[in-house]
Amino acid sequence: MEWAISRRRLLSRVTSSALAFAISSAAGVMRLSAAETKTGFDPGEPPPPDADVLLRMQYELRKALQKPVDQRKWVMVIDLRKCVGCHACTIGCVVENKLPPGVVYRPVIEEEFGTYPNVGRRFIPRPCMQCQNPPCVPVCPVNATWKRPDGVIIIDYEKCIGCRYCITACPYNARTFDFGEYFTDGTPHRAPYEEAPSFEYGKKWYRKNEDSPIGNARKCHFCLHRVEKGQLPMCATTCIGRATYFGDANDPDSLVSELIAKPNVMRLKEELGTDPHVYYLT
Amino acid sequence: MATMTTDKRKSGWAGVAAFVWVVLAVLGIQGLLGRLLQGHHLANYGSYVTWGLWVAAYIYFIGLSAGAFLLSSLIYVAGMKRFEKIGVLALFVSAITLVMALLSIWFDLGHMGRFYYIYIRPNFGSMMAWMVWLYTAYFLLVLTELWLALRPGLVRQAGEEGFKGKLARLLLFGKTSVTEQQLAAGKRWLKILGGIGVPLAISFHGGVGALFATVVARPYWHTPLYPILFLTGALASGGALLAAVVAFLWPKKDEEWASIVTGIGRIVLGILLFDLLLEWAEFSIAMWYSVGPEYELMMRVLFGEYWYVFWVFHILLGSLIPIYLFVRKGNNPIAVGVGGLLAAVTFMAVRLNIVVPALVEPQLRGLEWSYRDDRLLFEYLPSWFEWQVVFFVVALGIAIFYVGYRWLPIVRTSEEA
Repeated sequence: MEWAISRRRLLSRVTSSALAFAISSAAGVMRLSAAETKTGFDPGEPPPPDADVLLRMQYELRKALQKPVDQRKWVMVIDLRKCVGCHACTIGCVVENKLPPGVVYRPVIEEEFGTYPNVGRRFIPRPCMQCQNPPCVPVCPVNATWKRPDGVIIIDYEKCIGCRYCITACPYNARTFDFGEYFTDGTPHRAPYEEAPSFEYGKKWYRKNEDSPIGNARKCHFCLHRVEKGQLPMCATTCIGRATYFGDANDPDSLVSELIAKPNVMRLKEELGTDPHVYYLT
Repeated sequence: MATMTTDKRKSGWAGVAAFVWVVLAVLGIQGLLGRLLQGHHLANYGSYVTWGLWVAAYIYFIGLSAGAFLLSSLIYVAGMKRFEKIGVLALFVSAITLVMALLSIWFDLGHMGRFYYIYIRPNFGSMMAWMVWLYTAYFLLVLTELWLALRPGLVRQAGEEGFKGKLARLLLFGKTSVTEQQLAAGKRWLKILGGIGVPLAISFHGGVGALFATVVARPYWHTPLYPILFLTGALASGGALLAAVVAFLWPKKDEEWASIVTGIGRIVLGILLFDLLLEWAEFSIAMWYSVGPEYELMMRVLFGEYWYVFWVFHILLGSLIPIYLFVRKGNNPIAVGVGGLLAAVTFMAVRLNIVVPALVEPQLRGLEWSYRDDRLLFEYLPSWFEWQVVFFVVALGIAIFYVGYRWLPIVRTSEEA
């Protein structure tokens, strides 16, 4: 059964209003909250085949959460043919994680190629690759970063000394440094949203007084704080083209398992042997 | 009359040096305050070019330290008695430059207060952890060696009135007398520690090279030659610094002084040439067919915006002129000292060209245009503030040296060696 939405249906969805998306996402979250209070992560009923792909992924995510953490393998699949370069994922991520200047978890690389009249543009969203063999982990001198059993690479902000060795070691430029800066500094007053806490790794992080995460390396963590509450990563939910898929690759019936078995799948810099958990459909 | 002129000239140079030091210190303290009060805000490095001037300064100073130490120890191990006199001075220079290195890298940390985590929760899989543990051991070893070497001089100085006496008594922890047996034991320990120090200095400075070389993601660093290149660079720059220090600051400008300076000059010349040979290998192999990941980076080093760092500072001022002076004026200790000073100071250009170019190329093409932010640039020029912090480190190093030179029996002990 083909769960991924067709292009035609995608186009019709894209033309519908942003409000409709917001409502559908919120409905998903609300449904989840209700389920959570009842039975932890009871996945509930699978959505109908023609439902928004987000609902299927959310159902599968909650199904995966019923398993012990070491039996999950979170992967992300990004369909480059569907990406329109709107940067909604980047912005969604910035908002979700309250990212300051200099810190970005999921930029969208824009490339122009060809010679007129045969020219093209390509957009490549680049989250952390959550490598199976992460070059950034073994370099940390204080064991402040590691790979979780579900494959997500995380940083312990309280342990990171800010040496930035991991930033140099990442072959994807996926780690950035928090300089303790604010977008609205230099204006009459700092905007309150910049001082709101982020909830990364399930904790409240207030950026003030040079406390962590200021002075730390920071990176995409597949929105673990959301995932562990049964919600999809922010970038997956804000993608207007539904080009970002997220799920458990250890579940053979999951959408992501289907997608990464397609012949047009590729990963970045495979030759390095990092074995990324982010796949691209080209 | 001639003595008066020499004295006048001496005091003139001392005045210039004092003025330069005061300028460095004032600017440096301003930089220090900026670092302590405003963190990294005033620095120009970002999230992509994430290491800058301070990391380059760190590997520069630590190279000077390892080089000065290794040179003195190797001379001693090789039984070159002619250089024994500079042993204590070399140890002292080594200890000071190590302090300067550690300060530079401490300022670079995002959380300066957490530096000790590397001792309480080290990851020995990381080259950085190895490096820190090894240079900590080396630091303790150098300090112990220095104390043992200075002890006889300090005991004599402890009897003096005033600040010098007080300082000596303080450093002797109040034990102002020492038996012949203790002195003999001290000498024995000096030999043992010197023996341990050589492999330790080789390991930790090779380790600094390996810290870069093991980073698979950076083809510019990822070369097995790097640890070796770091060692030869250390020996060349540290030896050159030592040549300059002895040439200009040794109190008695006699024949023995001339022999020591010109001797070090010859050794530095050999190492400098060998270092250039390795560098040639490094560049020519990577660039020969004008293709490959390192080629473009090296082209940027050689002919890019900052071409002068390589050609003017490293090749002309740091290599060609010193080599000319070492070869053509090799018997003139002052010329050798000038050559040494030039080679030592400009070696910072080599260190900058190690750290920065590897980081200025995006790991994925197009990343440079994907998210506009001042901290997400693939270009870097140190800010004035970053230089000011380095000025502080240099001014502090000079101050410690001056205290030792003036109030500790560094030179006297060396003369009595």
